[in-house]
Amino acid sequence: MSDKTPILRTKGLTKRFGGLVAVSDVSLDLHIGEVHVVIGPNGAGKSTLTNLLSGDLPPTSGEVVFEGQDIAGCTADHISRLGIGRSYQKTNIFLPFTVFENCRLAAQSRTPHALRVFHRAEGYQDINRLAQEAMAAAGLSHRAQRVAATLSHGEQRQLEIAMCLATQPRVLLLDEPLAGMGPHESQRMVELIKGLGAGHAIMLIEHDMDAVFALAHRLTVMVNGEVLESGTPEAVRSSPAVQQAYLGGEELLHD
Amino acid sequence: MGNTRLTQFLPYLVVGLLALFPLVESTFYTQLLTKVLIMAIFAMSLDLLVGYTGLVSFGHAAYFGLAGYALALMAPKYETVSLWWSLPAAIGVCALFALVTGTLVLRTRGIYFIMVTLAFAQMLFFIFHDTKIGGGSDGIYIYAKPTMKLGDVELVNLEKLEQFYWLTLALMAAAYLLLRRVLGSNFGRALLGIKVNEHRMRALGFPVFRYQLASFTLSGALAGMAGYLAAVQYGFVNPEILSWHQSGAVLMMVILGGMGTLYGSVIGAFAFVLLQEVLSNQAWFGPSAKHWQLAMGIFIMLVALYLPQGLAGLLARFGRSPVMEAADE
Amino acid sequence: MDFAFFLIQLLNGLQYGLLLFLVASGLTLIFGIMGIINLAHGSFYMVGAYLAWSLSSLTGSLTAAILLAIPLTVILGMGLERLLFRHLYQRDHLYQVLLTYGLILVFEELRSLIWGDDVHGVAVPALLSASIPLTENLSYPVYRLAISGVCLLLAAGLYFLIQKTRLGMMIRAGASNRDMVQSLGIDIKLIYMLVFALGIALAAFAGMINSPLSSVFPNMGSQVLIICFVVVVIGGIGSVKGAMAASLMIGLAETFGQVLVPEAAGMIVYVLMAIVLVWRPEGLFGRA
Repeated sequence: MSDKTPILRTKGLTKRFGGLVAVSDVSLDLHIGEVHVVIGPNGAGKSTLTNLLSGDLPPTSGEVVFEGQDIAGCTADHISRLGIGRSYQKTNIFLPFTVFENCRLAAQSRTPHALRVFHRAEGYQDINRLAQEAMAAAGLSHRAQRVAATLSHGEQRQLEIAMCLATQPRVLLLDEPLAGMGPHESQRMVELIKGLGAGHAIMLIEHDMDAVFALAHRLTVMVNGEVLESGTPEAVRSSPAVQQAYLGGEELLHD
Repeated sequence: MGNTRLTQFLPYLVVGLLALFPLVESTFYTQLLTKVLIMAIFAMSLDLLVGYTGLVSFGHAAYFGLAGYALALMAPKYETVSLWWSLPAAIGVCALFALVTGTLVLRTRGIYFIMVTLAFAQMLFFIFHDTKIGGGSDGIYIYAKPTMKLGDVELVNLEKLEQFYWLTLALMAAAYLLLRRVLGSNFGRALLGIKVNEHRMRALGFPVFRYQLASFTLSGALAGMAGYLAAVQYGFVNPEILSWHQSGAVLMMVILGGMGTLYGSVIGAFAFVLLQEVLSNQAWFGPSAKHWQLAMGIFIMLVALYLPQGLAGLLARFGRSPVMEAADE
Repeated sequence: MDFAFFLIQLLNGLQYGLLLFLVASGLTLIFGIMGIINLAHGSFYMVGAYLAWSLSSLTGSLTAAILLAIPLTVILGMGLERLLFRHLYQRDHLYQVLLTYGLILVFEELRSLIWGDDVHGVAVPALLSASIPLTENLSYPVYRLAISGVCLLLAAGLYFLIQKTRLGMMIRAGASNRDMVQSLGIDIKLIYMLVFALGIALAAFAGMINSPLSSVFPNMGSQVLIICFVVVVIGGIGSVKGAMAASLMIGLAETFGQVLVPEAAGMIVYVLMAIVLVWRPEGLFGRA
């Protein structure tokens, strides 16, 4: 779509679990200002792909190049500090903490890693401000003092995103952020992601086709761990292979 | 408002009252309370791991005992050793040992972690038990207790019970304040985050291992401080000081008091030492006092089954924080 | 070291390793399948040894004592599973540690009350009391060979049980997926009880057959327990195969260590453990 260099690019990315190839030879690009949506039936390897990019899993082979640097095989915390944030398909937050503390911790991870052990945690204005901004961006400011475990499912999904934002990433890997949300909540989340699209490179994994076509600048279809088709949403939609294998099928409507 | 002010000043009040204790009570009770305070430091150091970092160590006696041995080996025979350097040195040895063992044990999690910490403590036990380094199974006597001098003026002489008691009390208060401060910092928050959800902490960019190792080292150092004091009090060290029963007892104190509260460890140490004293009291229980461990064992099992939040949890039941309730859901 | 001497140490090491396997395999099964850390596992080893001693002095025969003691330990295991361990399946390891630590104290004191604190010897059964001469003044006791044989038979039986039988299949399924087993209508509680009783019986049996060699004494359980922890850590939690490999490794290392470097013998196993931790933290046969 654009010919500037991508901020994150994978080349021949492959992950094997024993004999099973979960992700096979995947090459894709992420650009700042673009939402790159990855779709595919369950078991297509979308979540595994996310885990490879975020460092939760080491790839078997292939490259992950972030700003010209190969980060394949780096640990998750290292990759996060480089500026690649992720959200999880299954809500993965600090349930006993307040919404603010969830975001504050996320923001804290950006401070230099000298172990400062004598200053009160609440005393850092820059961290507090980051946390406040992330809550505001995700529409959670009014819930700041609520304990995360008592939030509704939709709000917990929002908190997922807020925590991710508080780490000030440039690349966002969002794994099914709409999963289990009602129509109203989904709409809000779509707006939120759309708003983030401008300043970030986003890889979004999603099943909800309305959301997919509302957000995607670029669309990749994965089947059985491989990229079936990749390009603009229009091009992918009209691809015969995709129509046959996926878009025409029932998984799309019911998944 | 008045309530929070009370809880704010309560620790100072408690320490103040404890400081007066040797003036009004007998030698026996002062010694007993000294033991309680030592165990309170030991238990707090373990609470940092169990209650705040989510690491269940079953080998914490290793650091406690190592400091005792460090003192016994550093002290010249029949002469007093200076508190100035021997206490920091003993603590340093323990911190170093915790740093080394920590890099190994922190490669494991859960059940593995429990077993591996126990195994390393046993390794130390056998080093002192089987070799002549520390006098074998007989151990070493510490004939003269440490003193603290400034020039020619003797500031502290641990031979004197009251002075030893006050020093122990001061060190316990210092350990408590230090840990409170550390736990309220960014570092402490990160530890709690690791306890609640280690995986997410990593995804947020925290180098989890380094935080855990720092916590493990600090914990080992504080356990060492307690062990140094214990060795001074007993006047000798033998391998029993690092036995796994010591590790079990201190874990029990942490749980009994209520883990993740710090003051719970102090309550737990108090309750445990007193219970031990009562159950093994021959004047009250006659010959069956010899089998006091039976009652202790049953008591421990009952606490594990019915009092998981410990005494602190029992106290807090009336004014529970929303954080705790959320954690229970 | 001449060959006969080496052979004796080798056989001793193997015999010790196989005995450790009996205790460790139960420990690792209970960890792997039930998710329980049982510090009191060594106490059952002790109970087995004391039962063997007291029943054999009563009946005059170790074989009879063992035959009587096995059902007793199975019943003990099942009873404790029902009364205590069942409450711990969903609890944090911390409470499992605490409860089973309390149980150790109770066992030790009951042992002291019932059997006293003395050391007792147990006679080798007459049938197995012979020795096989190796050289002029070195010979090897038949009883040790018999122990190794029995342990090998039990190991084979355990392998067969887990790999080839329906119960074993359920056990393996339970290890990987508790909900699946339950949804198949299999009574997971019953499986847990059987696994627990099996583990306990194996540990107690090890104590029984080893009692003529080790004699019976207070706290004999803790020694074995901690070595078995090392075995499980090295072998990998839940892996019976790993338990076997690690048991033999530890058995040989400790036996030869005592001969070659007696001063450091107590530490060798822990050094081995440290090496494995650096190299493969999940254990030799553990799941990563």
